[in-house]
Amino acid sequence: MELSSSIEWRKVLWILYKYSQFRTNLRLMSDIVIKVENLSKQYKLGDIGTGSISHDLNRWWHILRGKEDPYLKIGAENDRTAKASNEYVWALKDVEFEVKKGEVLGIIGRNGAGKSTLLKILSRTTSPTKGRIKIRGKVASLLEVGTGFHPELSGRDNIFLNGAILGMTKPEIKRKFEEIVDFSGVARYIDTPVKRYSSGMYVRLAFAVAAHLEPDILIVDEVLAVGDAEFQKKCLGKMKDVSQQEGRTILFVSHNMAAIQNLCSNGILIKNGKVAFKNTITEVIQHYNIDSSTLKTIPLVDRLDRSGNGYLKFSSFEFRKENGEKTDSFTCGENIKIILFCKNEKKIELRNVMVAIGIDDVYGNRVTHINNSLTNQIINKISEEKNTIEINISNLPLTPGKYEMTVFSEVNGEISDWIQNAISFFVEPGDYYKTGKLIPQGQGTFLLNYNFNFYNGFR
Amino acid sequence: MNIVALETNKENKPEFWTEVITPRTGILDIRLGEIWKYRDLLWLFVKRDFVAQYKQTVLGPLWHLIQPLFTTIIFLFLFGRIANIPTDSIKPILFYMSGITIWNYFSSCLTSTSTTFITNANIFGKVYFPRMVLPLSIILSNIVRFGIQFGLLFIMIIWCRFHGYMTHFTIYWIYIPFLVLLMAGMGLGLGIVISSLTTKYRDLVILLGFAVQLGMYATPIAYPLSFLQTKGYAKLVSANPLSPVVECFRYCLFGKGTFSAGTLAYSFSFMLIILLFGIVIFNRVEKSFMDTV
Repeated sequence: MELSSSIEWRKVLWILYKYSQFRTNLRLMSDIVIKVENLSKQYKLGDIGTGSISHDLNRWWHILRGKEDPYLKIGAENDRTAKASNEYVWALKDVEFEVKKGEVLGIIGRNGAGKSTLLKILSRTTSPTKGRIKIRGKVASLLEVGTGFHPELSGRDNIFLNGAILGMTKPEIKRKFEEIVDFSGVARYIDTPVKRYSSGMYVRLAFAVAAHLEPDILIVDEVLAVGDAEFQKKCLGKMKDVSQQEGRTILFVSHNMAAIQNLCSNGILIKNGKVAFKNTITEVIQHYNIDSSTLKTIPLVDRLDRSGNGYLKFSSFEFRKENGEKTDSFTCGENIKIILFCKNEKKIELRNVMVAIGIDDVYGNRVTHINNSLTNQIINKISEEKNTIEINISNLPLTPGKYEMTVFSEVNGEISDWIQNAISFFVEPGDYYKTGKLIPQGQGTFLLNYNFNFYNGFR
Repeated sequence: MNIVALETNKENKPEFWTEVITPRTGILDIRLGEIWKYRDLLWLFVKRDFVAQYKQTVLGPLWHLIQPLFTTIIFLFLFGRIANIPTDSIKPILFYMSGITIWNYFSSCLTSTSTTFITNANIFGKVYFPRMVLPLSIILSNIVRFGIQFGLLFIMIIWCRFHGYMTHFTIYWIYIPFLVLLMAGMGLGLGIVISSLTTKYRDLVILLGFAVQLGMYATPIAYPLSFLQTKGYAKLVSANPLSPVVECFRYCLFGKGTFSAGTLAYSFSFMLIILLFGIVIFNRVEKSFMDTV
């Protein structure tokens, strides 16, 4: 009798133990809200139409016989700089990562690396070719604000329509209506058709609706490229609130490294459709910068990610010191020469040649712009095949750090060659003010020439 | 929050997910619950269609009346006076107007839903919501339009009563909503099949333009089905699943029409099949049409 009752007790205890373990597990696992498994997406290059019927038929025939889709076996890696060798390309290939609750994940990568494809699949506007994504919670995406705005409808009607498209219910929108109007700052024009709005007002209203969604997971793609600086600050602030105070998860894609650094805690680097690196955001940005500088080991001649009609093509470059000695890096305050070698391959006479260089910092912000038309130094005639362009910069006013140059040429008003992030270079700390003192790091990106005066009394 | 998947991971811990994104869904995964969740959006689309269409027009929704009115007048001349086609002993103006009203509903449902993916590509490419909401909203906003045109027909019937042409108001009027539903089903079914196919092959949009026009002549709109019985094309026109609906519509209104329970059942089963087929193909296409549209 006693024995059996002790067995009963043991059973009860066992069940209780299992239950507590289950509860612990529930708590443990509950912090992953997005799990991406083996995600791949294939696109067909070129025109859809010609040849697609025969491919479709072939595909059906294979599936009918229970075989694998023949076009899924092929497909080139998504490398924008190399010319396509295959009709099918993998925009994403075997991507895997997890996102925890409350995490703000920055997604970084060059243009065409597959970031937007990833976001499109996450926001379900297109489906993956292989693999899957598991999500816990409500997802809202701001791939572009103002989706579904109808120009003829008033601001009020559009708030309801846009809100509903983004997944809000009518009572929800009603509850937040005042707040949305306040945030947008267009209260006066709320009953005017939005086609009469200025583009700024339009964007404000659109973002206001989106900002008042209450999703568990928010997907944001470059929306901050719109609006004026003040409004952008407001948006960033709102997103920070959303993630920190309300504990929501955000996936953020941008080329603005400063915004990413500011907002995100962790990051993943996507390269050629694959996850190349994941870590804290600072690490990932650094990795990305190193990674994009390796790109520059490809000589300019061989770069394929260029545009323009190619009349005047950049073939290589050199950095020289004032005395003509070759160098790899500069020093603040130095007089430098940037030499661009370019080829007139067709050996025709080129007139009215404009050459420009844009200099960006590591965060992708444009620091300055060099352009021979601004100084009225347009090159009137080029007839030789090989040409050298020398740009002299005195007292280099950049603070120490890494910079990237985009080179651009125009012949007679038409773009002839344009390579983004063509050249990268370092600026070493130097004696800019000729005082024997080095420029401190982390104090902005450029230096001014200034002069202090001192007077006794208020003048 | 609906849990759609519960599974155990590698470390044997339970996981639950509210959404699983996979390459393909099952063929009959319609997710009616999801459409219900977006019902507010459905109404807002109907409202948008209606409000936006007549902004900055003087006549506004009156345009809905002008089109059937003028078509009726043209038919009166062309088929009534010149071709002298009988109208089943129904007063010609009512005969044509009734045919045009029900045909308009079908054709506008068909043509508007058939471009769902192409015209809304910009919205579909940005946010997710059940794509079926849009064609459904088109069917609904066309019902409003049908209501207005039916109102015109009703006024015309009353007007004819005062001028000596008696129509009987019978219990059969209660079948009219069922007929409208039948038309809606066929328009929606065909429309979504075509919209799904046009994401890849645009040829169908062009084809549809005149197919609808020709379709009207293969349906007893400008002539009664009984008129053909003496000519021998009756089989051809009877094979058109729209014919019994139109004839039945006239029978409900005026007590004249050539149809049977069998032919109506034929229309009904055609509707079910095309609707089912449409939903299956629409479901397949909606997930990745952005890549091909």
